[in-house]
Amino acid sequence: MPSLPPWLRKSLTTLATVAATILGLLFVTFMIGRVMPIDPVLAVIGERATQAQYDETFLALGLDKPLLVQFGIYVNSVLHGDLGQSIRTGQEVSTDIARVFPATLELATLGTLIGIILGVPLGVLAAVKRGSWIDQIARFVGLIGYSMPIFWLGLLGLLVFYGILGWVAGPGRVGIFYQGVVEPITGMLLVDSALRGEWAVFRDAFSHIILPASLLGYYSLAYISRMTRSFMLEQLGSEYVTTARVKGLSEWNVIWGHAFRNIRIQLVTVIALAYANLLEGSVLTEIIFAWPGLGQYITTSLLANDMNSVLGGTIVIGTIFVGINIFSDLLYRFFDPRAK
Amino acid sequence: MNLRYALASAAVAALMAGSGIAPVFAETPPNMLVIANRIDDIKTFDPAETFEFAGSDVNRNVYEKLVNFDPLDLDAGYQPALAESWEISADGLTITFTMAEGHVFSSGNPVTAKDAEFSLRRAVLLNKTPAFILTQFGFTADNVEETIVAPDDATLVLTLDKPYAVSFVLNCLTSTIGGIVDMKAVMENEVEGDMGNAWLRTNTVGSGPYKVMDWKPNESVLMDLNPNYGGETPAMERVIVQHIQESATQRLQLQRGDIDVARNLSPEDVAGLSEVEGVKIVDELRGRLMYWSANQKVEMLADPKVVEALKWATDYTGMADSFLKGQYTVHQAFLPLTFLGALEEKPFDFDLEKAKAALAESGYPECGPIKISVRDAQERLDIGQSLQNTWGQIGCEVELIVGTGAQTLDRYRAREHDIYLGAWGPDYPDPNTNAGTFAINPDNSDEAGATGLLAWRNAWGIPEMSETTLAAVVENDTEKRKEMYLALQGEHQMVSPFGVMFQKIEQNGMRANVENFVAGGATTAVSYWVITK
Repeated sequence: MPSLPPWLRKSLTTLATVAATILGLLFVTFMIGRVMPIDPVLAVIGERATQAQYDETFLALGLDKPLLVQFGIYVNSVLHGDLGQSIRTGQEVSTDIARVFPATLELATLGTLIGIILGVPLGVLAAVKRGSWIDQIARFVGLIGYSMPIFWLGLLGLLVFYGILGWVAGPGRVGIFYQGVVEPITGMLLVDSALRGEWAVFRDAFSHIILPASLLGYYSLAYISRMTRSFMLEQLGSEYVTTARVKGLSEWNVIWGHAFRNIRIQLVTVIALAYANLLEGSVLTEIIFAWPGLGQYITTSLLANDMNSVLGGTIVIGTIFVGINIFSDLLYRFFDPRAK
Repeated sequence: MNLRYALASAAVAALMAGSGIAPVFAETPPNMLVIANRIDDIKTFDPAETFEFAGSDVNRNVYEKLVNFDPLDLDAGYQPALAESWEISADGLTITFTMAEGHVFSSGNPVTAKDAEFSLRRAVLLNKTPAFILTQFGFTADNVEETIVAPDDATLVLTLDKPYAVSFVLNCLTSTIGGIVDMKAVMENEVEGDMGNAWLRTNTVGSGPYKVMDWKPNESVLMDLNPNYGGETPAMERVIVQHIQESATQRLQLQRGDIDVARNLSPEDVAGLSEVEGVKIVDELRGRLMYWSANQKVEMLADPKVVEALKWATDYTGMADSFLKGQYTVHQAFLPLTFLGALEEKPFDFDLEKAKAALAESGYPECGPIKISVRDAQERLDIGQSLQNTWGQIGCEVELIVGTGAQTLDRYRAREHDIYLGAWGPDYPDPNTNAGTFAINPDNSDEAGATGLLAWRNAWGIPEMSETTLAAVVENDTEKRKEMYLALQGEHQMVSPFGVMFQKIEQNGMRANVENFVAGGATTAVSYWVITK
């Protein structure tokens, strides 16, 4: 058998890893859903249904078949593009996910951007000015970000910036006057309203998203700045930095041109993880801000034993994590020629 | 997480109360009603399938029925709606409705008896969860063509299998499943013989005051006026219901004037809003009951004196006046107040001496271990803890088994609980809705599998009481019927393994200019068309 070119072999290996990871994830989630001491039939028909309705639904759900057969049927449906129907919303899971995921994507992306824009410089500055008041502030911000419950900060933020000051709009993605005004393209309101040139909707949507995104951004910032500081401290203590300084390079050049260059790879991993965590959905933030995102969707589905929705969401999350990992790998190669 | 979340909400509520700063105020348009509510239970708008609270709210405003409740006079009972009159045959088996004129679907098609025939037959044929409300009159998939018949466009004839009390039949027709859909529009959207079920899940075509324009699950429902509505044009031309899960968020929105009505306020937020200018709290008695029940398969709990002791050892007013304040009122009968024949007597109060005396007379004077199955909702956990405390005071060793709603319910239906702590709401606005589950269980065997009957779930076999309950549904003299239910509840209170404790009060916060907001009382759902601002 002729040997495959390296790029093809690598691609096939990656593809197989992705497929195995998602299949494994699905298997575990499916089995947990089936062995949980909750009756999936009741989740469909409700408490008041008759025994005849119960029996009919039991058969319709295929629960009379062995677990592995049920799993096989599910995987086969997924491979044919059918994620099933949600018990809770009565709609196709793929339709539901197409609606809730863009909301999460929009929120998480903005949150991560805020985290990067503020967190990275703060971390670098804290490392450079180690022990100074800037460093203390950075560490304090990180500490608060780690220890303060997000729902408390969220409610407080709503009270102050929405309730008292009126600087931002309230819960939800857009105000009542703008609901349904923009025909979806990507499902992300900011993007769609900009693409359609609906700037009034854009402003309103921005006013709605900025507070929850800032909240998520703050938590990303806390993580990113702490890690950046730690990475930078390690670099700034290295001999090559001392050498650069001795050679008379400017401090700016030493910090950003040399030390920072060397933490980019680690930073990419940190940022990718932070982004993936936000994409997974921040349930409490979504609840407080009535943000109809993926986290809230999966959590409420799980509590209602709506396993099709949970499994559908699991596929999305699994794909996100795998995708972000692959993306990180690619960036590694870009930043570090040795990885090629 | 729930407790931390509740504490954080309470902390913010306290901060809001203490801040003394008035929120920035906005206002909704005068012809638009904006409501914050938890609407994540909506899975369909099809009246043949809808059985959840938020879905029923939408349905009541979209679909008319043959008979219906006047929201401004719920106590008057069912009134003519799509049917202007009805006649009962001498044998009590046939009800002939004469359709009213002037009713038009949102599609523009006129409402006829053929639509009513189609809608009721369809509900039986689809056999979704609420179908039992109609099939209990003997309608089956095999006989609907003979038992539900419209001989012409103005007449509908229902043939029952027994001479049921007409009030029973008509009360059931006021429930969501009695909603009349546009046959032509629905059948145009039929897919694979589903009688339009898939289409009606997300689309509406009724003759009621509103039609659904947009529904985003877990996000919002938008309703506009039905331009063909035959009644007086409602003042609210558009109704938007937003899914807002969190009480503190609803409170902020209401204070700011971004919404007109907040429907899920916690007691803390209700208290916080009570002094706020421009906002009012409107209390309304709903049909939901909170109760505990003792599984008669458990030997100790099958001793009537033990159950009596537990009823005396329940601190009804203590709970109602503390953590349930404003949300529940003490009620001890299986029919909610405002229902026909609801019993107001409350024979039990918190009396540890009587409880100890009853326990001493039982076969278990030392009591014993009791497990209470309770779902992980805050108010139920609070009630469970109160029972744990007060039952503990008579020597019972009580353990709370906390689970999700589904887990707890599974155990209950499988008759594997000791004590179940739960809630029950009426399915339709007739006394049989609760009598038919609390006081019927002719066959107590496991094989009977009557999981829909609360009496069966608690293994309480009551062949004689079941006959009394069944007799009440064929009593056509309303006064006599009422007396039968009063007597039934009186007996049930004393001998049953059910400890009914509370009836729900819904506390809705609204802007002061909102008038005629009626959530539906104990008998029906919300009515937007009478609301003014």
